[in-house]
Amino acid sequence: MSDSQGAYFIPEPSRWPIVGTLALFVSFIGAAVMLNGSGFGTFIFGIGIAMVIYMFAGWFADVIGESLKGLYSDQVDVSFRWGMGWFILSEVMFFAAFFGALFYARVLSVPWLGGEGAGGIATHEFLWPSFEASWPLDVMPDPANFMVFEEVIPAFGLPAVNTLLLLSSGVTVTFAHWALKKDNRSGLCCWLFATVLLGFTFVACQAYEYYEAYHHMGLTLRSGIYGSTFFMLTGFHGFHVIMGATMLLVILIRSMKGHFSEKHHFAFEGVAWYWHFVDVVWLGLFIFVYWL
Amino acid sequence: MSEAVSHEDHHDDHDHKPTGIKRWLFSTNHKDIGTMYLVFALIMFFVGGAMAMVIRAELFQPGLQYVDPQFFNSMTTVHALVMIFGALMPAGVGLANWMIPMMIGAPDMAMPRMNNMSFWILPFAATLLIATFFMEGGAPAGGWTMYPPLVLQTGDAFPFLIFAVHFLGISSIMGAINIIATVFNMRAPGMTFMKLPLFVWTWIITAFLLIASMPVLAGAVTMLLTDKFFGTAFFNAAGGGDPVLFQHVFWFFGHPEVYILVLPSFGIISQIIPTFARKPLFGYESMVYATASIAFLSFFVWAHHMFTVGMPLTGELFFMYATMSIAVPTGVKIFNWTATMWKGSMTFETPMLFAIGVLFMFSIGGFSGLMMGITPVDFQYHDTYFIVAHFHYVIVPGIIYGVIGGVYFWLPKWTGNMYDEKLGKLHFWISTISVNVLFFPQHFLGLAGMPRRIPDYNIQFAEWNMISSIGGFVFGLSQLILVWVVIKCVRGGEKATDQVWEGAQGLEWTLSSPPPFHSFTVPPQVTDASAHS
Repeated sequence: MSDSQGAYFIPEPSRWPIVGTLALFVSFIGAAVMLNGSGFGTFIFGIGIAMVIYMFAGWFADVIGESLKGLYSDQVDVSFRWGMGWFILSEVMFFAAFFGALFYARVLSVPWLGGEGAGGIATHEFLWPSFEASWPLDVMPDPANFMVFEEVIPAFGLPAVNTLLLLSSGVTVTFAHWALKKDNRSGLCCWLFATVLLGFTFVACQAYEYYEAYHHMGLTLRSGIYGSTFFMLTGFHGFHVIMGATMLLVILIRSMKGHFSEKHHFAFEGVAWYWHFVDVVWLGLFIFVYWL
Repeated sequence: MSEAVSHEDHHDDHDHKPTGIKRWLFSTNHKDIGTMYLVFALIMFFVGGAMAMVIRAELFQPGLQYVDPQFFNSMTTVHALVMIFGALMPAGVGLANWMIPMMIGAPDMAMPRMNNMSFWILPFAATLLIATFFMEGGAPAGGWTMYPPLVLQTGDAFPFLIFAVHFLGISSIMGAINIIATVFNMRAPGMTFMKLPLFVWTWIITAFLLIASMPVLAGAVTMLLTDKFFGTAFFNAAGGGDPVLFQHVFWFFGHPEVYILVLPSFGIISQIIPTFARKPLFGYESMVYATASIAFLSFFVWAHHMFTVGMPLTGELFFMYATMSIAVPTGVKIFNWTATMWKGSMTFETPMLFAIGVLFMFSIGGFSGLMMGITPVDFQYHDTYFIVAHFHYVIVPGIIYGVIGGVYFWLPKWTGNMYDEKLGKLHFWISTISVNVLFFPQHFLGLAGMPRRIPDYNIQFAEWNMISSIGGFVFGLSQLILVWVVIKCVRGGEKATDQVWEGAQGLEWTLSSPPPFHSFTVPPQVTDASAHS
């Protein structure tokens, strides 16, 4: 980076890392106590989450302040790019674990329980000889501890609408980026607003879908491996959409305040990358969880 | 150029060191953070070591002497977790923090605040883990691999165990992202990738492994958590899941984790051996490619940890051949280190002794690994003391020796003082004799059929267990010499030169000893002559 010769940027000592650590520590203790069945844990967890939000607000306020002061050279910008890129890869790998569980159940464990393959014969015979494999697995090998569901969410209903919503939001965020690169402020804000709206509409549709599944289909987290993979995959994805849409909202507010320039707007791009990642994960979900 | 001016103003503001507790709590300095990492790792090394002493005391004689079986199992479980996540990984990251910016000619890590957070998470996560000893139902006792359904029987400690793993994972991922961003973006002009010191190379590759594998562990333990508390059926065959699925997901993380631990050690000895052989590293490029191949292959061998679990024959064969193939790049590395020493003008200061220790004793662990990689014979070795001997040979004289060698190698650079060479050599020889007395007999015990993770054993195993325990106590105590050497060196001693070692080459040795607070404030120009050792 030729323009940063002799002038590196090193941030001042900061209290946010230790605040963030304490926030996560309190949240984890709260969640653990809560799971062990004490109501007091919920209270601690609430405090922890409030601290996490405080940390994010404070830390990002510092970063935004430094950025507005022009302290960030092109080199810092590139560091942020590497950081965001590899963070997204780590998120991809987190989802990969759950997709792996889905594929393993569909291709291996359920057929084995049903008696398929050399190993499956004994598994089937000795465990649940009357079990018949199917997917979606609506009758569990041993239904005693699991809820039996009547139907699953059809792919070409609400999920297809959701696919359309998210894909369009990917387009609108790109339009917003083009507007920003042409320094078209009103275009930027309008397209960003549309993106945020599409994102939250998606979340609302998911919430409605969950309501239907729980109340009218008997499909819950307790519905055996189908319910487990369905809700964990779509649930973590939904959580990421909420995070992404919130990040977009922050970017929208910053855009309205006049932050960012045509050349210097990594915060926008980082969030846009994240949004596309959420989009791509959804495509995987739509194909492998809902459709096939 | 108003930007550049404001940079410099900004810089002058804090060229002096912050003082007091704030210097450490709010730090944005790679050296301070590196020091904290290393001190934390050393403390955890003794915490985990104390647990190992309990294990060896109980196994000193057959019968139940000191602890009940549940507590014994907690000891083996938490010993492993503390050593892996509390001692080895932080030690590696600590060395990376200290050395990488100096080696590539940078002022600091790319993201200094995030760097501080990745450190400070560690003591808090360790607190979550160690607090489980005081909970209803005791500390986790199902083994560090956390296999269901056994681990689901853990008492109140269970969610704390899961969240401690999540917390540690967050720390590792942030650390890894920081290292990649630093190396990719903060290299001095002229410091091309193929001029990077090998320690930096091994750390980039380790960081990739961390980013790709830690989130998978997070997913696995999340599934455990929901299975226990929310009625999901991931690992429950009654609902269509499979307990073996956990083993697959866990070892998809677990095998790369082995290389996450060992690659930095390989990097360290690749710095040490050329320095004391006074020759450039033999086959630098092949070292880089071998390291990358090891890392790549590590994603395709996970099921060799579960040969006896009942996989289809194709699976067993695939994972056997894939495992064998890792021996090729590893062999390249061993060959290159040996060839580096060939006809070198060698001296044997303490770091070199530890590096040669790695070369010999890691190879023992590597060969026993090959034995277990052969599926049919692994049915004999699985879950016996043979595997305990194998991975302890890899970890103790393979990884810990690398880290200790690195500490001796760089201690004069960090403190500006030479350490006590006599004490260092004493530490090496006592450790090396006792570590072999400790772990070599465990091969025999395993081949004779002694199972791991059991507090009592058949009388026929008594002799070798007693010998192994004696080795264990001596090894544990001899590590106190290291603490003494470090304290002595920090407090004073013969002044070190900038280059410290006659054969040392690379940017870090051009800085003063101890180096300035921010390593390179102006990027150095790297030429071919000053490139890697």
